[in-house]
Amino acid sequence: MIDIIDLHKSFDGQKVLNGINLTIAEKELIIIMGKSGGGKSVIIKHIMGLLKADSGNIFIDKIDITKLDVKGLDKIRDKLGVLFQGGALFDSLTVFGNIAFPLREKTKLSKQEIKERVRQALEDVGLKGVGSKYPAELSGGMKKRVALARALITEPHIVLFDEPTTGLDPIISNSIHRLIRATHQKYGYTGIVISHEVPEIFEIADRVAMVFDGVIVETGTPEEIKNSSNPAVRQFITGSLEGPIEFLS
Amino acid sequence: MLVILLTGSFTGMFLALQLFYTLRKFGSEALLGPAIALSLIRELGPVLSALMITGRAGSALTAEIGMMRISEQIDALTAMALNPMRYLIVPNIVAGIIVFPLLTSIFDLIGIYGGYFVGVNLLGVGSGTYFSQMQNFVVMEDIRIGLYKSASFGVIVSWICCYKGFYTGYGAEGVSKSTTEAVVASSILILIWDYFIGSILL
Repeated sequence: MIDIIDLHKSFDGQKVLNGINLTIAEKELIIIMGKSGGGKSVIIKHIMGLLKADSGNIFIDKIDITKLDVKGLDKIRDKLGVLFQGGALFDSLTVFGNIAFPLREKTKLSKQEIKERVRQALEDVGLKGVGSKYPAELSGGMKKRVALARALITEPHIVLFDEPTTGLDPIISNSIHRLIRATHQKYGYTGIVISHEVPEIFEIADRVAMVFDGVIVETGTPEEIKNSSNPAVRQFITGSLEGPIEFLS
Repeated sequence: MLVILLTGSFTGMFLALQLFYTLRKFGSEALLGPAIALSLIRELGPVLSALMITGRAGSALTAEIGMMRISEQIDALTAMALNPMRYLIVPNIVAGIIVFPLLTSIFDLIGIYGGYFVGVNLLGVGSGTYFSQMQNFVVMEDIRIGLYKSASFGVIVSWICCYKGFYTGYGAEGVSKSTTEAVVASSILILIWDYFIGSILL
């Protein structure tokens, strides 16, 4: 379980997180949505331990990660899988090398076992026969799939998705959403998806949280969010120019 | 390698021209060989080859690591509980310690032959004189000093270029800025450190 308590973070004097409070249950798939630049990715970078909060706490399985040193954070990161916004595939490695990398570096599996796990991972994400290609040879959608396979290869307890479908066409986006749902059902991880692709992303969510002005203004099931009377939530879902969310800043 | 071969040979050639002119004033043209060899082995070889490698490979190293930073590949390593320093910085520093002396040796060798070409074929220095006098004046200590300098330059250049790439700013502009800063900082530090290590080893 993940507990974010009163998280604050500023960059060069600009307040980005203004007291984030959010509890994520085990095996839940939650979507965190909000306007671009609203601090959504900053939240998950705190969960990964890539950023240090100005104040507040983050508990993962009852351990306060804000108080951990690098060694302690690495133990938490062993439970994490991350799909970065651009995929973050290693350019110098093939698709096979990218997916096998965490297994080679962190496990004692044999070459044959790693080969089989990678083959299965590629099959799970609907990519066969691309193991020898380099990331530069892949389309955007394929990169995201490979990145997803790499994020899941160590069977993590928690998977973070940072805008997994940004820049992809609607058909590929839909397929990535379905892939997230299918792998969530298969592996049973706790999933946090950062996205502003509403309402499509609602189809895969157990719960949705809306970030506005550095705080979580509302959480609920997709239906509850769709029917919310909160002005910021309504404006975001409908894409209206009228409302509390400023579109020129 | 081509850069090293070209700059090494032409360094030897211009050294032959300039040193011959100077040595002739003292009637010591026969010492052209050792003068070129000592200049190259102790000083110009390590410094010039380090500067060339910085421009060619150091900038590429900074750009590569910088691109990894802005495309979140370094964050991906950290998120996998792997230390990015171990994968990106340490191998490059070890490579610098090994490769810089190797390339400097090639630079020195090709420079000595470049000097031979000009000194013997164009300026009339005796072929046997060129190398026999070199044997009299160049000792292992000179070669050791050159190699120590070179290895230390390898550490400096690798470290600076990796550091600049690792802490690069956002976007293409950030990478470009880091690359420029890495080359400039490395070049300046090579010259500064050359003085200090030269004083220590002398």
